[in-house]
Amino acid sequence: MSIEVRHLTHTYSEGSAVQVVALSDVSFTVEDGEFLGIIGHTGSGKSTLVQHLNGLLKPSSGQILIDGQDLNGEHVNRRALRQRIGLVFQYPEYQLFEETVAKDIAFGPKNQGLSPEEIEERVRYAMDCVHLDYEKYAERSPFELSGGQMRRAAIAGVLAMRPSVLILDEPTAGLDPRGRDRILSMLEELHAREKVTILMVSHSMDDMARLATRLLVIQEGKLLASGTPREIFAREDMMLSAGLGVPAASRLCRALRERGFDLPDDLFRPEELKEHLLRLWKESGRPGASKEGSGC
Amino acid sequence: MLKNITMGQYYPVDSRVHRLDPRMKLLFAIVFIVCVFLAHSFVGYVLLFGFLCLACHLSNVPFRMLLKSLRPLRWIIIITFLLNLFFSQGEDVWISFWIIRITREAFLQALFYSLRLVFLVAGTSLLTLTTSPIALSDGIEILLSPLKVIHFPAHELAMMMTIALRFIPTLLEETDKIMKAQMARGADFESGNLLSRAKAMVPLLVPLFVSAFRRAGDLALAMESRCYHGGEGRTRLRVLKIGRDDWIAALIVALLLVLIILEGIFLKGVLF
Repeated sequence: MSIEVRHLTHTYSEGSAVQVVALSDVSFTVEDGEFLGIIGHTGSGKSTLVQHLNGLLKPSSGQILIDGQDLNGEHVNRRALRQRIGLVFQYPEYQLFEETVAKDIAFGPKNQGLSPEEIEERVRYAMDCVHLDYEKYAERSPFELSGGQMRRAAIAGVLAMRPSVLILDEPTAGLDPRGRDRILSMLEELHAREKVTILMVSHSMDDMARLATRLLVIQEGKLLASGTPREIFAREDMMLSAGLGVPAASRLCRALRERGFDLPDDLFRPEELKEHLLRLWKESGRPGASKEGSGC
Repeated sequence: MLKNITMGQYYPVDSRVHRLDPRMKLLFAIVFIVCVFLAHSFVGYVLLFGFLCLACHLSNVPFRMLLKSLRPLRWIIIITFLLNLFFSQGEDVWISFWIIRITREAFLQALFYSLRLVFLVAGTSLLTLTTSPIALSDGIEILLSPLKVIHFPAHELAMMMTIALRFIPTLLEETDKIMKAQMARGADFESGNLLSRAKAMVPLLVPLFVSAFRRAGDLALAMESRCYHGGEGRTRLRVLKIGRDDWIAALIVALLLVLIILEGIFLKGVLF
């Protein structure tokens, strides 16, 4: 399914003394099967933007077209649409409410009106997607889980509706490195294996470098730039002026280039930087170095 | 958005009435209430009305805000008027047919009783319109502090009020967020009968309570780690001072009280 955003503008408390323009004239298209990263500084309007994409907020002006149909049109069943476009909020673990993990995950499918067998099947599928062992966790209270597990259970609650588009707002915020890595590899798998279109909001450039196939940069409610991570991260000055940064690998690559190393200027993933460095190491005429230097 | 609703009915403008000491304003409100009950004649009600108009004018609060505060009580006021009009005894009969009997005395009593309600609500609304909830709970704490002698927890009470007020917007924001999150999972808060709507509240209320308890625990920990140990020996950030305006206001209120008492003595029973 395709999502097209046309000239989206959103103003909070329009017409009152405290009105805030959160988004102004944002246009873009989400392609089927892509992993779109939305990056921007705190308060740039990212969260406001994603809440429009499944109709939780109404635009002040502009349109959101889902498969060519206006999301806020009169005869649109927004409740059904919300189940096809799954939205995972920031800190989703705070929305858990049921007695057991399985019941909580079943909340979405139940609202879809599925049969008990189908619901059970969905719960197993969703728990499998987020790497929570069904036998071990299904009957546990969600409030007994660790922070990272709670978050994965909450994400499973959205995945159980089998959305064709999954939107995540800062899915790794406040997690330890291990919890973060688990969420990211889970998303990577979901994108590769289940062909789910994913939209992720984050301000971790390293997360984006690892996962995104395309990036949107938002600054003060406006779309500043869009392109592949390679194009975006090569423009370090623009990223810095937007209050963002570039991935650690890009920073290291730049610092090495400034010291005269022969490296391309658009590296942003740790793996590709490693490859180039190993190549340089071998070329520098130190035979056997690749064996000694395998730990670098 | 829920976040932007106004807190209480505080009307945030600057004026001499807003700047008055909250303790004094609380006392003034109490004296005003006493005056409302002491007034027994037309002259007394005119005095009260004049005082309200003066206070409202000085406070820069639009008069319609005061009228708005009367809205929730309009039915009580109307019923009070009608009950007194039809069921009070009197000599001077104005209208009489079938079982309805309206006398001059009943009419005046009905008028005065409902005016009394109007003045009570308007007077206390003026207090809350011009005093922020935080200042108000500060004032209450100090006014109640003499009761500490009999172990009345004045400070704790005021602290509880302040914390409760502080968390209203936070919890509203939280509600908004959880509601949206559950709607994203297909929850329906709007349709269905009473029972299914009440059931639909569970996914909203459970997370809300959990987060309220978590916040309360965090706050208690934060307060304790800053050595909070109750009101004893605690100094204040905003020390309340009684200034010239407070004395002037006190004089005006005292004058009102004296006039009302004199009116009660000399014009008792004289309705017009």
